[in-house]
Order: sequence, then C-alpha cells, then structure tokens
Amino acid sequence: MSSERLSEKLLSPEVRKEIDHWVGKFPEDRKRSALIPALHVVQDANQGYLTEALMDAVAEYLDQPKVAVYEVATFYTMFDTRPVGRHKVNVCTNISCWLMGADSIVSHCEKKLGIKLGETTADNRITLKVEEECLAACSGGPMMVVDGHYHTHLTPEKVDEILDNLE
Amino acid sequence: MTDKAEASNPDLVTIEVDGVEMQAPKGSMIIEATDRQNVHVPRFCYHRKLSIAANCRMCLVDVEKAPKPLPACATPVADGMKISTRSERAVKAQKGVMEFLLINHPLDCPICDQGGECELQDLALGYGRGVSRFSERKRVVKDENLGPLSATEMTRCIHCTRCVRFLDEVAGQRELGGMGRGEHTEISTYVGLGVHSEMSGNVIDLCPVGALTSRPYRFTARAWEMLSHPGVAPHDCAGSNVQVHHVNGKIKRVVPRDNEDINECWISDRDRFAYQGIYSEDRLQRPRVKREGRWQECSWEEALEEAGRRMMQVVEAHGGSQLGALVSPAATLEEQYLAGKLMRALDSRNIDARLRTGDFSDQQTRPLYPALGVGISELESLDAVLLVGSNPRAEQPIINHRLRKAALRGASISFLNPRRHEFNYPVAEQLVADPQGMVRELAAVAGLLLERAGRTAPEGFQGLLGDGQPGQQATELAHRLADSGSGALLLGPYVEAHPQGAVLRALAGLVAELADVRFGTLSEGPNMAGAWLAGAVPHRQSGGQAEPAPGLDARGMLAEPLRGYLLLGVEPELDCWDGASAQAAMEQADVVVAVTPFVTAAMESYADVLLPAGSFGETSGTYVNAEGRWQSFPGVTRPQGEARPAWKVLRVLGNVLQLQGFEYQSSEDVLAEVRDAAGEPAADSTLPTWTAPVDVSVADKGLIRVGSVPLYATDGLVRRATALQATRQATEVKVLVSPAVAEQHDLAELDWVEVTQNEQTARMPVGLDESLPDHVVWVPVGVEGTAGLGAQFGTVTLKRV
Repeated sequence: MSSERLSEKLLSPEVRKEIDHWVGKFPEDRKRSALIPALHVVQDANQGYLTEALMDAVAEYLDQPKVAVYEVATFYTMFDTRPVGRHKVNVCTNISCWLMGADSIVSHCEKKLGIKLGETTADNRITLKVEEECLAACSGGPMMVVDGHYHTHLTPEKVDEILDNLE
Repeated sequence: MTDKAEASNPDLVTIEVDGVEMQAPKGSMIIEATDRQNVHVPRFCYHRKLSIAANCRMCLVDVEKAPKPLPACATPVADGMKISTRSERAVKAQKGVMEFLLINHPLDCPICDQGGECELQDLALGYGRGVSRFSERKRVVKDENLGPLSATEMTRCIHCTRCVRFLDEVAGQRELGGMGRGEHTEISTYVGLGVHSEMSGNVIDLCPVGALTSRPYRFTARAWEMLSHPGVAPHDCAGSNVQVHHVNGKIKRVVPRDNEDINECWISDRDRFAYQGIYSEDRLQRPRVKREGRWQECSWEEALEEAGRRMMQVVEAHGGSQLGALVSPAATLEEQYLAGKLMRALDSRNIDARLRTGDFSDQQTRPLYPALGVGISELESLDAVLLVGSNPRAEQPIINHRLRKAALRGASISFLNPRRHEFNYPVAEQLVADPQGMVRELAAVAGLLLERAGRTAPEGFQGLLGDGQPGQQATELAHRLADSGSGALLLGPYVEAHPQGAVLRALAGLVAELADVRFGTLSEGPNMAGAWLAGAVPHRQSGGQAEPAPGLDARGMLAEPLRGYLLLGVEPELDCWDGASAQAAMEQADVVVAVTPFVTAAMESYADVLLPAGSFGETSGTYVNAEGRWQSFPGVTRPQGEARPAWKVLRVLGNVLQLQGFEYQSSEDVLAEVRDAAGEPAADSTLPTWTAPVDVSVADKGLIRVGSVPLYATDGLVRRATALQATRQATEVKVLVSPAVAEQHDLAELDWVEVTQNEQTARMPVGLDESLPDHVVWVPVGVEGTAGLGAQFGTVTLKRV
C-alpha cells in the first residue's frame, strides 16, 4: 500500500484538469463514462500512445478496475498501446472503401513508406494503422484519417501529397 | 394455489413454450421460465448467478410475431408470448450459431482436458454439423499463466465471458477482461499478473469449454471414469457442500455441490484445492512406536497396545488428571466425541478443541456452542453488520461472499480489527485499534448505546472506557447498528484469541442487546460447534450439559504441562494459541500419543506412538457448521497406507484400554449416541452475560504481537496442498509493521526480520502496513516460519537480520 497515488505521479495537473472537465459532464456515480475521453487526453499527452502505467493511472483516477481500462484501450483502434510515429494514418478497409479500391491505397502507402500495416517508419514519422474498420465516410471512399482529419476520394496522387506534407 | 389464483396474480404472466402453457414472473427472462419447467434451451454464456451478457447467441428461440429468433436469456417474458424452442427456425438459428462457434474452436476433444464434460462438445453433438465447412486457418491464442490453480488453453475460448463476469460480480476482483475486438478478442489479464481471487477456482466450473481447467487436476483422469460422492469442506465454519471425484481410490478433484443455504454453487479455492494435501509426503503411512529413542514401524495391534499401555501408566501413576487431549476443530463430531468419551473413561476431563482461544474465563456462561446466530443465507439481507476481530475473506470466504452481497445491496459492513484488512466490497467503517484499544472502542460503542437507551452502565463498565471521548468511528458504528432494521454483531478469531476475549464478548453481548441486533461467532475450523456438542471441551459433557468438575482448557493443559497427551489431528506447534509452550509441553511429557494423518519433524521428536489416521475424504463423519447444521458425509476412498479413520482408531484404543461402551460398528452408531445426548439443539441465541471484568489493565509496554491465521494456513491439509502454497496469498505471508516501527528498526519492505518472543525467535520477510498502530506487529500464525513463537497476542522485539 503506497500513499503516493499513481495518477498524481503520472498525470500532469493539466491532464487531470482536462479529465475532470469530462468527468463533470456525467453524473457523479458514472465516472466510467469519462473513460474514453480520459484515455484520449492521456494518449495525446504521451506521444500518441498509452502505457500500462498510464492506463493504471487512469483506472485509479476514475476509480475503475484496471482491467476495465485495458478492455477499452484494446478494443478501440483509436487507442495505441505501443509506441507510434508522430503521425497516425488510418486507411479504411471496410466494405465500401474496399469496393472503391482501398486495397490499392493500402499497398500504395506500404510501398511508398516501405512499411507494412501496423508498422512505423524508421524515422518515426508515420505509423500505418492495422485493419482500420469503417470510419463513417462511406460516400467518400476510399478514405483515410490522418491524425484525426478525414481525407476522402483518395487516389495515389492525393495520398502522396497528404503523406509528403506530414512533418 | 389454484390455477385461477395463479392467473390472477399480477406478478405472473402466462406464456406458451412449445405448445405448453406456463407461468413466469413478470420481467423474468424466457430462459428462466424454460429452465424451471425443464425445457432445455442450449446456452453457453448464460448462468443464473451471473449478469446477462447475451453474447454467445446459442439460446436463440423462435418467438411468435418476432421478425427474427431472439436470445432466450435476454428476452423478457410477456403475457401471451408463444415461444418455440425447437421449431425449424429456432433449430436453424441454433445450428448456425454452433457452426460459427466451431469455426475457431479446435476439433480435438480427445486431447482436451474438458473432453467428456464439455458443454460445447455436448451441444455440438446435438447442433453441430458432421463435417466442418470451414477450411481456412483457425486462430491461435497464446496461453496466459493465471497462477498455480487455473490452467489455460485460450485457443479453446469461445468468449462467453462467464469467467470475466464471475470475477467481477461474485469474486469482486475484476482480474480478467475481454481484450481486443472481433476475431482478435482474447480473455486475458492483459498485464500477465495472474488471477488471485480466493474464489478463482470457480471459473474452472463456469468455463463451458476447455479454456480454463484445474491445473492440479488436468490430464489425470476422465470425467466418465470417476466416481462422485458428497462431502463437506473441512476448512471453515461455513461447511460448504462439495462433491468429491475419485478414481481407483484416489481423490482427483473437489467441486461444489449446490446448496443455496450455504455455498450456493461456489466454493473457495481452499475448499477446492486442499485435497492435494492428502497425498503429501508427510502422510503417516504405518503405525509407529518409539523405543529407546528410535522410531519403529509396527502392526496396528502392537501400536495400539503400546499407546494404551503408556497412557494407562500415566493414569495409574499420576491419575487421569495428568492426561490431556488436544483435539482438532477439523476432526469429525464422531472423533471428537470418542476422544472425549475415552478421556472421561480414563478419569480425565482435560480435553479441548479450542486450540486458539486466549481467554476461557467466561466459558461457563457461553452458549451451547459458538453459533453464527443468523443463517448464512440470511447474512445477505442484513442492513448492518459489525464484525469484531474478523477477516472473513481469509477465514470464511463463503461467508464473506454473503457479506459482499449485503454490502452491494447497500448494507453497511463495518470492522473493528487490530489491523486493516482488504475487502472486495465497500466497507462502511474499518476501525483499527491495538488489543487494548479494541476493548476500549467496543466499550465506547456500548457506552454510546447505553446513553441512547438511557440505561445505566453495568458494574465495572466505566473502567473499560479509557479517558478520551468516543471517536467519530465508534459513534458511527454505534448508530449504524442501532438504526439498522436488521443487524448483526459477529465476533471473529481475533476476539477468540484475544487475552481479554471474555471482556470483548461481554461488551459485544451488551452492544447486541442495546442495538437489538443478532449476535454470533465466526468460529475456527469446520467443526468447532461440533466440538462443544460432542464434549470435546473441558467444561461441557457430550450433548452440551455442564461438566460438574471441568478439566483444564487448551491453554491450561500447556501452561502447566501434563504427563501425557493424546493428540487428535493436531500439530500443536502450529495449531495452538501458544506454539512455543505447546511444543515445550509435548517435549517434557512422559507420553504423547498422536492420532494423525501427517507426521512432522517436531512430532517425531516429542511423540511416543504415532497412529495414522484418515484425512479428508477417507473418513465418514459429521460436521456441525456455525449455523448448527449437522452435515454427515461418507468415507469416499480408503485411507493412505495403513491409516484408518480416526473414529475406528479411538474405538479400538477404547477396547485395548478395556473401557466400557466402545463397541461401535460404524460411525453412524457413534453419531446416534451424540444425537441421543444432544437432541436437536436449537440455535442458542443467548447473549453473553455481563460479568464485571476482573483486571482490565494490561501492561502494554513495547511492541505487541497480534496474530491471525493466513488464508492458506488454517490446517494441516491446506498447509500441504502444493498448488495453494504456491499462490501469492501463501508465498507472500509477511510480518507486518507500521512505517514508524520500520523506521525505528531500520527495516524496509521485504527485509528479513527476527521476531523474538519469550526467548524464542522466528525469521520472516517484513511488510509495511500503514493501518497498524505504532506499537503493534502483525505476525502470522499457523505457518512454518513462526511455529516456534509464543502466544498469538504477546510482547515481542524486532531485529533486522
């Protein structure tokens, strides 16, 4: 039993303040509802990925079992539990995009960056996320999400332009 | 009730299942109604004691007017609902689900431990296709090490999440979860730290496939070749019902037997895995006698003659009063009774099963037996419970489970203990006090209630209060109890072992009376109540009648050593309140006869005759649980080696000693005699009577040792169960000190510390516990590391090793 709270050690006052903001949106006994936004906040403050220690800190802060946090963090593809590059590229490979040629967009990305889905470029610039499911932009397929921004009606040229502009 | 009355019951609805009309409570699910009427609906994820997940989809049924099949486990009944469980549409849906479940499940039942008792295998027979249409690659999931009790083969998992829900909802320790999603879902701890709940073994029963199996049992037998007999768990006063599975005379595993009044469908890991101890190398296989300091194996006749002769020598030379018997509270009622009868026939009344009791001064006024005072199943409906000196999570996991249910319902469960224990439910108040402080705090609670009731304090009460005002926690406790509609005050092993136990009991009686709550005791061992009824206590005869000339109690027999001892299933150095004086008393005795399943090095040094006794499953007998429930069980397997059931050993010892009335043919004959003496004793709800305390001042200078028995140290069987001994609860037993004491003694977490008590020393790793008062050291008892030390409560010194 340690008197020092993990959440105080690992989560900065700013991060905690932001989590508090989300906690405040839900009834007092429903802290669990703030779990997804809390994980986003923590992930964004940690170079885009979550560690076990950070998830434990969130669990402690929201008074949830650790396992409940791991479940959420591993379920959603928007959370990463291993180090990632500076930019996350998610190419939708679900049915609509697939019919519109998502496969060729994926292989174009892979060839261009020299990495496979799920890998990060050696310069730590880009992570190609694995098997991204429907991102809710079927009318614009094929599409991808780069750092939270939607890019639709993709062509190899368009992809080149987007990727080349990433720092 | 007539049909008409049922139909008019507003809480019931009428549904039709496969053309048969039936009634079901409003809001209940279809599967509950069909289960009640024995209409079989296939299922994997549904379990009546767990929340509804509806994720396996195996229970799809055809409901009239519904556009598609509905899951029976998650569809509430409605009046006039017509359900087909076997229509073409229902069966087609069920078969479809089965085909999907088998896509990723290995089809290799012959090499799976679950084969032959697998829910998936059984249902595949009815709902599966003869040939799989799936020719792609199956997924493979890496196994995770969940600890020494449960083995995993996670490729077999069908994600029913029963294990996840059990650990969350019942065990109260959410250690498993569903990680990942879709085809990548894996049931896992994610961090690989294992599963540590004291009830974890139940996931083995819950798992419908071979993903979670029993590590000690697996691949040692097949379900169809084993015989199954009922048993009663021999570790705590709940008396959980179990079923013992055995083949070729060897017990292979222990599983729960449903009993809604006691253990529901669960058992603790201790009850499940302790059977391994039966096959320990410490088992005494043949009778032995010590001649000129050397042990010789011999025939039963020879050993019994020798035991009888040596005991008779003591009686003839010094009188029966120089003979004492220490009896295990895990011995059966029949064994305890025969031990008592034997001692009395030898003109000795020195017999006791209360091996860990610290204060016997109020024994005459204590009830017929230490009773829980409330039904185990009633515990969950109480509003407020105060437990004094108790850690039920380690001591009676099944009772703790009921308290947990009460707490989740909103009841306030509070504790007054010498250290803070961890519980798997919200605790209203956890008041921590040193041994003297426990008296003071309980007196404060009683004082507040006296004031509330406008009553004057009984004689000698004021002296217990101490100087200060009652603290906020004590005030809270008093009000919670007094304001509860149904409450209980339960006393645990810390009170039993407390040197001022009588004062605590008197105060507790006062509190229970004033707050108008039930009063009970959580006694140690599975049969402490039986020991009181069987006459295995010095102050009561069999049946519970007062003994006119009480003999020495368990402490008395050791404090003033006797010439001869009879041990029944006891390892005195580990099982007695004061292990050091117990061992010294044994060493100095002229004769020690041990009727025991196990032999220890200490026993080899002090004993003179060793008589091998049957262990768990090897003896027929009866246990009386804390509720006063008499539960008999058969002998299931032959005892190891030449060991015999202890009741037979005592019976023949009686014959050898030429005592009257030892002509029993069976343990049932013995039981009948105890029944005759005891009748059908009603639960004795007499409260402890107030007696003015004689001396309340205890010199508490220096460090005070407080001890209790860890989860896996309760008895010889558990201490030898290898899988349980490999769990964190067993391997991480430490001496606990407060941070201040640690600093004074230059100790850090996991340093080794030498504890000295009355010139005896013991070495153990140290742990820090912020809840401990600064002059209290918690030293575990019943474990090898501290076997040489003295009393459970006493003054000690510490030194860093």
